[in-house]
Amino acid sequence: MSKKVHVQTTINGEAVDFLCEPRNSLLEVLRDDLDLTGAKEGCNNGNCGACNVIMDGRLVNSCCVLGVEADGCEITTIEGIGSAANLHPLQQKFLEHAALQCGICTPGFIVSAKALLDENPNPSEDEVRYWLAGNLCRCTGYDKIVRAVLDARNGA
Amino acid sequence: MSQNGHKVIGTRPIRHDGVDKVTGRAIYGADIQLTGLLHGAIKRSPHPHARIKNIDTSRAEAHPGVRAVVTAHDLPQIADKLADLGEAIVNLRDASNNVLAYGKVLYKGHAVSGVAAINLHVAQEAVELIDVEYEVLPHVTGVLEAMEDGAPILHEDMKTTSMGEETDKVSNVANHFQHKMGEPDDGFAEADVVIEREFTTQTVHQGYIETHNATAHWNEEGQLTIWTSTQGAFSVRDQMSEILQMPVSKVKIVPLEIGGGFGGKISVYLDPVAALLSKRTGHPVKMTMTRDEVFEGTGPTPGSYLKVKMGATSDGRLTAATAYMAYEAGAYPGSPVGAGAGCIFTPYDIPNVQIDGYDVCVNKPKTNAYRAPGATNAAYATETVVDEISEKLGVDPLEFRVKNGAKEGTRRADGPVHPRIGCIETTEAALNSEHYRSSLAKSGNGKVRGRGVASGYWFNFNGGRSAISVSINPDGTINMLEGSTDIGGTRASIAMQLAETIGLEATDIKPYVVDTDSIGYTDVTGGSRTTFGTGYAAHATGQALIREMKERASKLWDVPADAIDFEDGVFSYRDDAEKRGSFKELASQAGDAGGPVVAQVSTNPDGSGGGAFATHVVDVEIDRETGKVDILRYTAVQDAGTAIHPSYVEGQMQGGVVQGIGWGLNEEYIYNDEGSMTNASFLDYRMPTTLDLPMIETIIVEVPNESHPYGVRGVGEVPIVPPPAALANAIYDATGVRLRDLPMSPPRVQKALAENGG
Repeated sequence: MSKKVHVQTTINGEAVDFLCEPRNSLLEVLRDDLDLTGAKEGCNNGNCGACNVIMDGRLVNSCCVLGVEADGCEITTIEGIGSAANLHPLQQKFLEHAALQCGICTPGFIVSAKALLDENPNPSEDEVRYWLAGNLCRCTGYDKIVRAVLDARNGA
Repeated sequence: MSQNGHKVIGTRPIRHDGVDKVTGRAIYGADIQLTGLLHGAIKRSPHPHARIKNIDTSRAEAHPGVRAVVTAHDLPQIADKLADLGEAIVNLRDASNNVLAYGKVLYKGHAVSGVAAINLHVAQEAVELIDVEYEVLPHVTGVLEAMEDGAPILHEDMKTTSMGEETDKVSNVANHFQHKMGEPDDGFAEADVVIEREFTTQTVHQGYIETHNATAHWNEEGQLTIWTSTQGAFSVRDQMSEILQMPVSKVKIVPLEIGGGFGGKISVYLDPVAALLSKRTGHPVKMTMTRDEVFEGTGPTPGSYLKVKMGATSDGRLTAATAYMAYEAGAYPGSPVGAGAGCIFTPYDIPNVQIDGYDVCVNKPKTNAYRAPGATNAAYATETVVDEISEKLGVDPLEFRVKNGAKEGTRRADGPVHPRIGCIETTEAALNSEHYRSSLAKSGNGKVRGRGVASGYWFNFNGGRSAISVSINPDGTINMLEGSTDIGGTRASIAMQLAETIGLEATDIKPYVVDTDSIGYTDVTGGSRTTFGTGYAAHATGQALIREMKERASKLWDVPADAIDFEDGVFSYRDDAEKRGSFKELASQAGDAGGPVVAQVSTNPDGSGGGAFATHVVDVEIDRETGKVDILRYTAVQDAGTAIHPSYVEGQMQGGVVQGIGWGLNEEYIYNDEGSMTNASFLDYRMPTTLDLPMIETIIVEVPNESHPYGVRGVGEVPIVPPPAALANAIYDATGVRLRDLPMSPPRVQKALAENGG
């Protein structure tokens, strides 16, 4: 085991310090050390998008970012996008459209869709499908997910 | 109000667990944190077939941070014993040897040892320090090769069972069975058109996004608790009890949220290893699989070889059909060939049928259930042959299906006679759909377009055991505890049936999936049984609550209970209009008339889960140069009996279709000559993404299942059955070339077009 490194970040608007080994991914730190288990591990190599977070305005696979790389960065996780009492329009539309079944990929999809709408508030269906192609869902066939995101346009 | 006079059934409320799941708050198996938690990892075989000569764990045990190492020698060696795990009958000795290999490894990825350490990285380092000495043996991964004389034998003590009798022949064929009805030879003699074709399909994985996980704590009193993601907590309890040889009363399974299963999260893999490591260390131990471990070390659904022959008269009547079906079981016996044989000709009324099924061991992971297990392979063969016959006869393929469709009273070749089913209604709905009636425009870009159809059948299991326990709150809401794990919206579909029965809103019911110490035995969430079987229990629970509330009203109003009516959610005394109250109004007073109102119900309905039929229509566009098949439009039609929550019925249909599209066009385990899977990652296995698909249109047909109080049929599985065949028929329509090997991936399509001038 190597010496742990002190990392200073802002997560969901709050200053967060943590110690991690250089080999720990940001996903590991979020889940195991910071109790932010909304980001999920589906593949641990950037193929499924279940761990997606927004880092300094950019959508990233948190499994492919090292914890130490987050130093000085601002990170938004699913936990920072909305709460039960104050759902983000995307979260509300996912519920209304039944755009989830097992729900394991849902946080990653919502984070990815949030990053899309931040960049392009009025995407076409093709643009939504292109953007979300980095997120795998095995339950829904994507139909209701795409509809939910389209329905959340401009409301976000 | 929805149709059929229902107030809740047929509406689309927001699911009870929805907010937890869109905010990241829901706790899945891997999310659990416990004090003193250790982390485990598995050492796996690099060889597809080898004798284990020695396992030396000393270097791993000496590694700093390692707390324990276990092998199969730490598991009790158990005798042959068959157990029903919900979607398959399993030999528990094989199940144990699959958890940790004993004597031999039978596939690359077979677990041989487990390690617990202070963190995952240390555990993974220690895995590399376990020294296993192997005697590598010849391997076989193809089903037909494994059936040949002289093939490498996986189990030297396994003799083929043929037609129910054990033979003296040692081979990889675990079982050969036959279903026969009528005289196929006579039937073919009557036929004017006879088509016989061969088909192959490859191993595919369920592909759930959540990897397997188990966290075990074996405390000092010998009580074992497991937190895990499973389709059936009680099935896990049974397996743990058998594999570890301990009483069920010593095992508690806590089912956490499950991130997809599709049949693949019934068998245990990590759970017994985590338990052994916890027993050894006294600490809770968490184990999670990596994605490549999921591909290589858990149960996919089999590759197969099928030969199907069907005959029809010139006036379009099927007279005979035969099938030879050889399915890969993987490392241990138990492929879904039996289920496939029960489905292969079932959408049709055919008087003369013979089906021969072979269950064949190969050096691949032990196969497992995957959504309508065995039926998709079977339909790929039947439905393309039916397409060919329709074409030869010059009739519309859906009209041919309607004319020959199975109906109430039709006997399946494997014995049972259909109750009321919606086979013909479903096909007619497809025939009359706007999609099928529309004309397919030609492609303007040099590509070619075509349309295909196919049908499919899945049994739907007959209910099974379900338990529900409820308590009524004074505000008229109900806490509902259930044993069915919720894999995709069944909290809602079960709560809605209780709400309907007692005149409440869906949101008045608070459903909880609880652990095995807190509810009666409940069978797995599988076989498309949960909304049917546990919904059946929810209806019975509602009836029990109505009876109880009548008793309470009788005391409160001082009138006889049998003079109290319940209608439209209101209890009323027949002889005095003043004495009436809704369920909620009574709930606030009922506790004063006999204590808290509770009910516990368990059911195991006798009737049919209601056979499920689907017919799909697909339009494709094919790039001849690259062989890539794009889907332009897809419509799935299915009989749901009664759709409890239509959005989630549509979701099951859409999800099943897309898994079937993946199976049809791209997914396969690619093996090299060393018997090693070369594409064990999501990138290389390449399941469908948003970009590969259009919207998936759905048409729900409702032919009520007479065995369920609300007419429910299971809906989860059948939608995966038609897609590969529908795609093959569409590719033929576009190119004039028939593809009979899955997947119909770009290289295969390109090659087939080049060879056939399509």
